[in-house]
Amino acid sequence: MGTVALPADHRYYKYIEERHNEDGSELAILNLGPTHPATHGIFQNILLMDGERILDAEPTIGYIHRAFEKIAENRPFYQITPLTDRMNYCSSPINNMAWWLTLEKLLDIEIPKRAQYLRVIVMELARITDHLICNSILGVDTGAYTGFLYVFQFREKVYEIYEEICGARLTTNMGRIGGFERDWSPKAFELLDTFLKDFPVAWKEFEDLFTRNRIFIDRTVNVGAITPEMAMDYGFTGPNLRAAGVDYDVRVAQPYSSYEDFEFNIPVGKSGDTYDRFCVRNAEVWESLSIIRQALEKMPEGNAFHADVPDYYLPPKEDVYHNMEALIYHFKIVMGEIPVPVAEVYQPVEGGNGELGFYLITDGSRTPYRLHFRRPSFIYYQAYPEMIKGAMLSDAIVILSSLNVIAGELDA
Amino acid sequence: MALESVDIQSKLQETFGDNVKYFRTEYDMFVLEADEDVVYNVIKFLKEEPALNFSFLTDLCGVHYPDSEENEQFCVVYHLHNWYENKRIRVKTFLNGTKPEVKSITSLFNCANWMERETFDFYGIIFNGHPNLVRILNMDEMTSFPMRKEFPMEDSGRTDKDDRFFGRTINNSTI
Repeated sequence: MGTVALPADHRYYKYIEERHNEDGSELAILNLGPTHPATHGIFQNILLMDGERILDAEPTIGYIHRAFEKIAENRPFYQITPLTDRMNYCSSPINNMAWWLTLEKLLDIEIPKRAQYLRVIVMELARITDHLICNSILGVDTGAYTGFLYVFQFREKVYEIYEEICGARLTTNMGRIGGFERDWSPKAFELLDTFLKDFPVAWKEFEDLFTRNRIFIDRTVNVGAITPEMAMDYGFTGPNLRAAGVDYDVRVAQPYSSYEDFEFNIPVGKSGDTYDRFCVRNAEVWESLSIIRQALEKMPEGNAFHADVPDYYLPPKEDVYHNMEALIYHFKIVMGEIPVPVAEVYQPVEGGNGELGFYLITDGSRTPYRLHFRRPSFIYYQAYPEMIKGAMLSDAIVILSSLNVIAGELDA
Repeated sequence: MALESVDIQSKLQETFGDNVKYFRTEYDMFVLEADEDVVYNVIKFLKEEPALNFSFLTDLCGVHYPDSEENEQFCVVYHLHNWYENKRIRVKTFLNGTKPEVKSITSLFNCANWMERETFDFYGIIFNGHPNLVRILNMDEMTSFPMRKEFPMEDSGRTDKDDRFFGRTINNSTI
């Protein structure tokens, strides 16, 4: 934070002058960010302050813009998952699966039930880590560091499961067209069982620390509230929208990957304030755990982990050495020569922050003609100045972390 | 009663006549094209007509088609969603290649603000009536529009990623 040199024609100067002429008091301009420990990412806001109250804010974004849409236009389809990892890096597997689901919709590939359930499990694990980070960081911002450290070790446990599934931890690049790159090892299921046993205990304790905590309630209730109409107008989706009382969830509205097989509730809030956002995320973690348990219970027998689509799915490496057909498929896939129709497809999924959509236009060549990411953070972050008007500076920080704006997703 | 694509089509055709066309269903999405001078009204109609009620703007983005005719070189794609009937719709409008301009829909949807800025930033499409049409993700000093197809992505000397080596052109037609 520090003072900023704004150009003389900046719109803030008008207000500063007006106020000065009125009663001689002075409004201040404060630069919050771009790199500030309390913003958990690269966000710059130029604030117009009256004492400690915020009158107006002007966000600047794009500090970590990496031109993913342009890069995607120059890459074969299966090389695009690593880009999606880096959007919402708190829940990479959801982004990965969203990309495969887009391609599978485009290519009309039906994948085995078991692979779909495995995907559901990994997506819900990702949702848990996403909400876990958001809520525990919110705790840090309101002055409760303990909860954060306590639940953070469970993110580590989830990452160990990812590691067992795909070999990577944060940027997972998980899955392939038609399923997973390999079957889940018994150890992955073991780790999952341990997680399902230990995590609910810790999460319950975490909840108890916060939900009726006087300090936490004072800091969050009626802070950064948003009406459902305004939330819709600003393109809110996901937990932030549901906190305002609208029960829109892509998993229910447009079920993908067999979400229709599971029973779960959509938690909604009432006032759309920071406290409600916290509670909605908390409740969603319990729903995610329940979905994972149901998926494990209903898991079909067998070991199908990918669809039988030799045009798109790499053959086992041993076959490539001994079998002509496998060698041809291997060569074609690695060279990016997969048959793709000329079409346009939009696939939404429920990401950690809301509706994550992939709009893909193909022209039959090796790369997408156009790939647009509908990034929920990018769309709802524009409501931030509106939400912090009239709030204290410390509230602005709390609102920002409760919105769970992820810089990678914001800038893409 | 569910909202059927044919009803949307007949309602739109009643109001806008030949300015809305090419109604079709692509995968699970109902798609239509609107002329650039009526697209604002089409979206306003879709949003405000009680029977249609497409009150949520899911997405807005641009596309560049440099090989098309002069008047169809840019495309702005709107995705709208009716949450009550759970119906999605895609509205496309094609713009002139040298003077891509279209009326801004920020007055209808606040969330269109940054999406239009992003589209302007990457394609140079002018949204008339936008309150603050400046670059958003790229730096302000930039002069080009990087998502246009002519903007080079990487070393143009590289030929190993060239489609010609696979016996076809971008359009997947004959060489």
